[in-house]
Amino acid sequence: MVTTAARRVRRPLWLHPAAKPLLFTLSLLPFAWLLYGAIADKLGANPAEHLIRSLGDWTLRFLCLTLAVTPVRTVLKQPALARFRRMLGLFTFFYVALHLVAYSWFDMGLDFGDIAKDIAKRPFILVGFAAFLLMTPLAATSFNRAIRALGAPRWQALHRAIYAVAVLGILHFFWMRAGKHNFAEVAVYAAILAVLLGWRVWHRLRRPGRVPQGAQRA
Amino acid sequence: LPGAKSAVAGAATMEKVTEYKDATSYNNFYEFGTDKSDPAQNAHTLKTRPWVVEVEGLVKKPGKFAIDDLLKLAPMEERIYRLRCVEGWSMVIPWEGYSLSALINKVEPLGNAKFVEFVTLADPKTMPFVGSRVLDWPYVEGLRMDEAMHPLTLLSFGMYGEVLPNQNGAPVRIVVPWKYGFKSAKSIVKIRFTEKEPPTAWNKAAANEYGFYSNVNPNVDHPRWSQATERRIGEDGLFAKKRKTLMFNGYEQQVGQLYAGMDLKKNY
Repeated sequence: MVTTAARRVRRPLWLHPAAKPLLFTLSLLPFAWLLYGAIADKLGANPAEHLIRSLGDWTLRFLCLTLAVTPVRTVLKQPALARFRRMLGLFTFFYVALHLVAYSWFDMGLDFGDIAKDIAKRPFILVGFAAFLLMTPLAATSFNRAIRALGAPRWQALHRAIYAVAVLGILHFFWMRAGKHNFAEVAVYAAILAVLLGWRVWHRLRRPGRVPQGAQRA
Repeated sequence: LPGAKSAVAGAATMEKVTEYKDATSYNNFYEFGTDKSDPAQNAHTLKTRPWVVEVEGLVKKPGKFAIDDLLKLAPMEERIYRLRCVEGWSMVIPWEGYSLSALINKVEPLGNAKFVEFVTLADPKTMPFVGSRVLDWPYVEGLRMDEAMHPLTLLSFGMYGEVLPNQNGAPVRIVVPWKYGFKSAKSIVKIRFTEKEPPTAWNKAAANEYGFYSNVNPNVDHPRWSQATERRIGEDGLFAKKRKTLMFNGYEQQVGQLYAGMDLKKNY
């Protein structure tokens, strides 16, 4: 009895069976809030702009959260945190897909000729679109059978594309804000991503003799 | 602040007027922040009384005009103008004011005065973002003399029948309806007549993106986006189709001749 109770106390919160459904629900809240705003016409004077930008913001936030999983679980020595990584990654894709749909629909009126021209004309759109294209195979290979089919090392190599997505994403945001020389928020996201990516470089350099962590897991 | 019906051609579009709430909460006024919602939140600190506009430079009668004298300088007219922002959105706003030419005639420009420069207040105590590195403060805009003298160019003190809200450029601003919105300087403290083209704020910040003329022109794209269409604020919400942008914002008939023979791709 005593040992069971003690174990229960020591069991971290994120191993609770409700942890994943809870995270899932929390991750849907921004979407629900924006959907409510759109239906109730509460998105301000320029609802299209508000919707597109908010979905972009949430994409960046989920990207940061996804990339934070590995450093946090390593630093805190809580390997079980990895169980949230796939869900966070898929929510990043969920928000980026909505971001693209909202832009295509509300900004470009679903005129695919105009969208193609816009991608060619505006570097920040091109970079954002490239990031989306890079994320698509990652989302498409996120389920267990895909991992098995690819083999873990190849799957791992493919999913390192997320680092390129992070760089493209921040460049997209930077360029979008560059017109107004307004870089305060860009700097916040860039700093977070720099820490998350920098930690990986540092972590690897610190233990040169060891196999990369991901491959080890396989 | 009531205004009489204007006799100036093109002075009153029949299009649906933008809601007051949208016109006063979705603003670009960087002295109060770069978000569209910032000016409405922050501009309450602006002190619009006492207010003096200094007229100087190449004029016979330079001087300082107190805001109350400016208000009485000519009869107030209502002008319902389209406003097209360089960012690709537009509104329809009923302004109160009178043609800037009334003031210009009063101060008697000299023959060598070719341009008019407008300087916005830059008071770090009441404008929290003056000092940010977004632009070179104070905000400066300018017009060619014939543009400034055009009857559509408005010296404005009010909108929607009321005194200008602070976030819309109180207590006195310029409205040039055929140019992108940033050309219409807000909260003006100085009007200077010069021989040389004034160095304007956005032109200094990015000369390849924002020219001195900045006439609304659907055929000349901003380097980073198309200017062919615009989103009319408040029009049918999320699913509204964008509108086609009109040459000189629909004022071609009135102002086209000012630019006869000019290459508008070069003089963007």
